[in-house]
Amino acid sequence: MSLDPSYLDYPKRRRGMDHGYYPYSSLFDRKPVQWPDDKKLMIWPVISLEYFPMVPNDDPFRAPGHMQTAYPDYRHYTAREYGTRIGIYRLLSAFEKVGAKVSVATNSVIAERYPQLVEDIISGGHEIIAHSTDMNGTIASGLAEANEKALIEASLAALENATGTRPRGWLSIARSQSFNTAKLLAEAGVDYMCDWANDELPYGFQTDTGAIANIPLNHELSDRQIINVQQQSVDSYVQQMMDAADWLLAEAEQYGGRMLPMHLTPYIMGLPYRISSFEKLIAGFAERNDIGFARGDAILDSWKAQA
Amino acid sequence: MSDVQKSDPGLYDYAPYRGRPKIEWPDGKTCAVWVAPNLEFYELDPAINPHRKSWPKPHPDVVGYSHRDHANRVSHWRMAEMMTKHGFPGSVSLSVALCDHIPEVVEDANQRGWEFFSHGIYNTRYSYGMDEVQERAIIEDSIETVRRATGQRIRGWLAPALTHTPRTLDLLAEYGMDYTCDLYHDDQPTDVKVKSGQLTAIPYSLEVNDHYGFFIYNMSPREYADTLIRQYDRLADEGAQSGTVMCIPLHSYLIGQPHRIGPFEAVLEHIAADGRAWITKAGDIVDAFRKQTGGGS
Repeated sequence: MSLDPSYLDYPKRRRGMDHGYYPYSSLFDRKPVQWPDDKKLMIWPVISLEYFPMVPNDDPFRAPGHMQTAYPDYRHYTAREYGTRIGIYRLLSAFEKVGAKVSVATNSVIAERYPQLVEDIISGGHEIIAHSTDMNGTIASGLAEANEKALIEASLAALENATGTRPRGWLSIARSQSFNTAKLLAEAGVDYMCDWANDELPYGFQTDTGAIANIPLNHELSDRQIINVQQQSVDSYVQQMMDAADWLLAEAEQYGGRMLPMHLTPYIMGLPYRISSFEKLIAGFAERNDIGFARGDAILDSWKAQA
Repeated sequence: MSDVQKSDPGLYDYAPYRGRPKIEWPDGKTCAVWVAPNLEFYELDPAINPHRKSWPKPHPDVVGYSHRDHANRVSHWRMAEMMTKHGFPGSVSLSVALCDHIPEVVEDANQRGWEFFSHGIYNTRYSYGMDEVQERAIIEDSIETVRRATGQRIRGWLAPALTHTPRTLDLLAEYGMDYTCDLYHDDQPTDVKVKSGQLTAIPYSLEVNDHYGFFIYNMSPREYADTLIRQYDRLADEGAQSGTVMCIPLHSYLIGQPHRIGPFEAVLEHIAADGRAWITKAGDIVDAFRKQTGGGS
């Protein structure tokens, strides 16, 4: 059996991308970005604050980190709860020590279940960005558009209700979107999403309902990827972040301000045997005059003002 | 498929590593080193091949697609600049549709003096299940697209996403191509048995491919750099007996990430400074091999 003849048709083979979301652009051909206070490298910490219900619904897929054993999976339920009880506070304290403000990608259910935690995040000067409802709130093609719209609205409304501010940013679970997600986020008034990993600075993204920005949250430089997936040590994680910072600082000399996303998971990085190495890493960054820390909304506003 | 192919695909005769005729590279170098950047374009919503899924997730696979798009927006430029800085030309494994979508990247590679071979039309379109007419169409498309975009006649092939049919190698030879990067049986070039013409298998590598390094073996950037240095040192040692080939197959969206490109520089510095490496392109290696052996190995 040969393939259907249409397999050799390429209807989107043309100049530029094979979709209309953004035009091609090389990072090295753009107007150099200048960060506030003459920082050369802006580190963007993003902490994922996740609530895993005891029963996964796998619709449309099971989130990374979700329950794995037959019911009741106490081991994973409680190990994830370790993150929201202990790990998050270790991370918040670490960032407080160096005076850094961060983005916290928060399941809206967290705001309803643990109002004290959300209050501590807000009073610490950090940004809450929307991260769906809970870890059953996954998105992929196959999720009906009306259901996806309702999911996004439920997350934004609950977080707005808890914090008094509508989140400006959105991170999808596992960065997984449907063809409708960007459009629905733009329609809901979200200013930026973090799902697309194709760049190292913010860029504009067009949808049928208007524009939204994408701030790329490097998935390869996450604690989940390096420590959980690749099974590297925290010392290797620290080395990799330092190597990335060194490289980007050198590049910034020639090409303008650079950004280093730092995606963290409380139940991964917030463990007693890992957190000290992490604290030393960010203390080292904080000592340098050419490195700053910023929330996603601050990065977005700075970038937009120069675009 | 004939009965023979069910066991031995009949690609080459067995040739033990011991007692081979000596291959000599130019200027007494012992190891021919070539770098193979994969310059690719992946489709967001490709047509479905019944034999293999394009993306692990339903379309759009945002992480998979955007990670690979990082190559053309960011990491190609980083990787290419570093290769040029240390005197390493590229032999490009090219998704030829990149010539249409993002000619900036293809022109950059061409201006650096790099060589192009085909890696299919897109890395999301697979050869599995193609009939001969279809397979001829993608070969002819590859030859014509690269000629139009770069002026170069492609001399080699790395099957799109490593997907083949049993007739691929015969067709490549018939179209006058000189080398295939799809066979992993040796550290020296081998002529492949084809129906007509001549086709040389040049050692590419999965084992030291950056994709394997980072996604199969889960190496840190520094572990991967160390792996490449060990691979080179051993092949350069053994090449004193008979010249060896080391390929460094790269995907810029992996090696060009900010945490990896710095450690990778140590590899290029090491090989360039060693003195035993013939740092060159795939076609040159095939030519030097054939000049000595007539392709008889």
